[in-house]
Amino acid sequence: MSAAASPTRVEESHTVNAAVPSWKLMLTLGLAGAASGLLIVLLYTWTLPGIEAHKAGILRTAITQVLKNPARSDTLYLVGGALTAKTPPADPSAHVERVYRGYDAQGAPIGYAIEARGPGFSETIRLIFGFDLRRQELLGMTVLDSKETPGIADDIERPVFTSQFAGAKAPVVGVKASMQNKPPGTIVMITGATISSRAVLRAINTTLARWQPLLEQYERGGSH
Amino acid sequence: MRCAPPPPGTKPSTATQDLMRGLWKENPTLVQLLGMCPTMAITNSVKNAIAMGLATAFVQTFSNMFVSAFRKVIPNEVRVPSYILIIATFVQIVDIGTEAIVPEIHKALGAFIPLIVANCLLLGRQEAFSSRNTVYRSTLDGIGMGLGFTLGLSMVATVREILGSGSWLGFRVMPHSFEPWVIMNLPPGGFFGFGLVLLAFAWWKDRQKKRAAIRATIESVTAPSAVPAPAFATERAS
Repeated sequence: MSAAASPTRVEESHTVNAAVPSWKLMLTLGLAGAASGLLIVLLYTWTLPGIEAHKAGILRTAITQVLKNPARSDTLYLVGGALTAKTPPADPSAHVERVYRGYDAQGAPIGYAIEARGPGFSETIRLIFGFDLRRQELLGMTVLDSKETPGIADDIERPVFTSQFAGAKAPVVGVKASMQNKPPGTIVMITGATISSRAVLRAINTTLARWQPLLEQYERGGSH
Repeated sequence: MRCAPPPPGTKPSTATQDLMRGLWKENPTLVQLLGMCPTMAITNSVKNAIAMGLATAFVQTFSNMFVSAFRKVIPNEVRVPSYILIIATFVQIVDIGTEAIVPEIHKALGAFIPLIVANCLLLGRQEAFSSRNTVYRSTLDGIGMGLGFTLGLSMVATVREILGSGSWLGFRVMPHSFEPWVIMNLPPGGFFGFGLVLLAFAWWKDRQKKRAAIRATIESVTAPSAVPAPAFATERAS
């Protein structure tokens, strides 16, 4: 802005300041805020079923992957400190934790799909893994959500890392070795993405430590 | 009033100029150097760059439209919060819309969609253009600036994706023997990629300037009537 134009601008602003009452300023912002809020809420309400359906689809696919294509799967809910197959009464305000139990074509249980999360290098890593309680080993793992460094740490989402979890012994142990020389049932960590690899293993082990007694209790028939 | 007339001696711009200004001459990324946060963050793939550019173009166009439409009823004192509110509304619409329609893109862009609201290009255009011009012209300016931003991001992403992954828009373009430069996918790669694009742009501008100067010299030589006759020639004639 030129030096000559500045005084005019200041003078104009001063004039406007004196002319506009406070209620008009508040009314302007209030109306703008209300219109904005209404628009966003309407759009959110309209798109929510589609977003939820997409998330459910991703979860279904992941459960199928980590339980190695089960013939069917049941949802178990954590209610009152124990697992139950009965659907809890609908309460939108309460978040009910759940695991998924898969069965083969003969109806024999394959294992459980359990969701886990833990802090990664960038943000929280959310994943799901399959767990065979009787053999104490993992059936598979897939990452549901992560924002790890592209090019290096996002290898935790790729088969080179995830495929190792099929048959890994619980609790999972990470090793620094080549794929050919690693001890059986262990996971080879990703070079250059140690924090992300460790975060995945820690999330699985922490989740297993919490859920394993609940799963054992359920299998013993402690709760139905 | 804020609707200041153009400075004396300057011609008002045409609709085409409003549209084309942001695309190249005043490109937000390459000339104005605005919106550096997404330029560094999401240009590791051309797909992400196009998605982020189009999301920004959508917000820029519609917020320009609304700011221009309400420019006479928004008091000067609350204009900045009002503009931010309008921008934030459209950013939220893009955020929810992409999550519902293209969830993969939404996941790839992550936190950078909400951060569009902090892109100084948007507020800058409201203050500099939309609050002073008609809805029609402001819309054209928004489209031009948005597409210009998309173009700038795509150019940086092209360099990064080719060198960092050996591909362009997901298609392999480098031979299999090419070892990808992983650093181009990492945050420093944003600076390297952007630097290379700016270097190429500056070289191209310099070349255009030199060509224009040569052209002007040739024209002045080949048009003798335009050149004043030397003084000694006039003296001889007399």
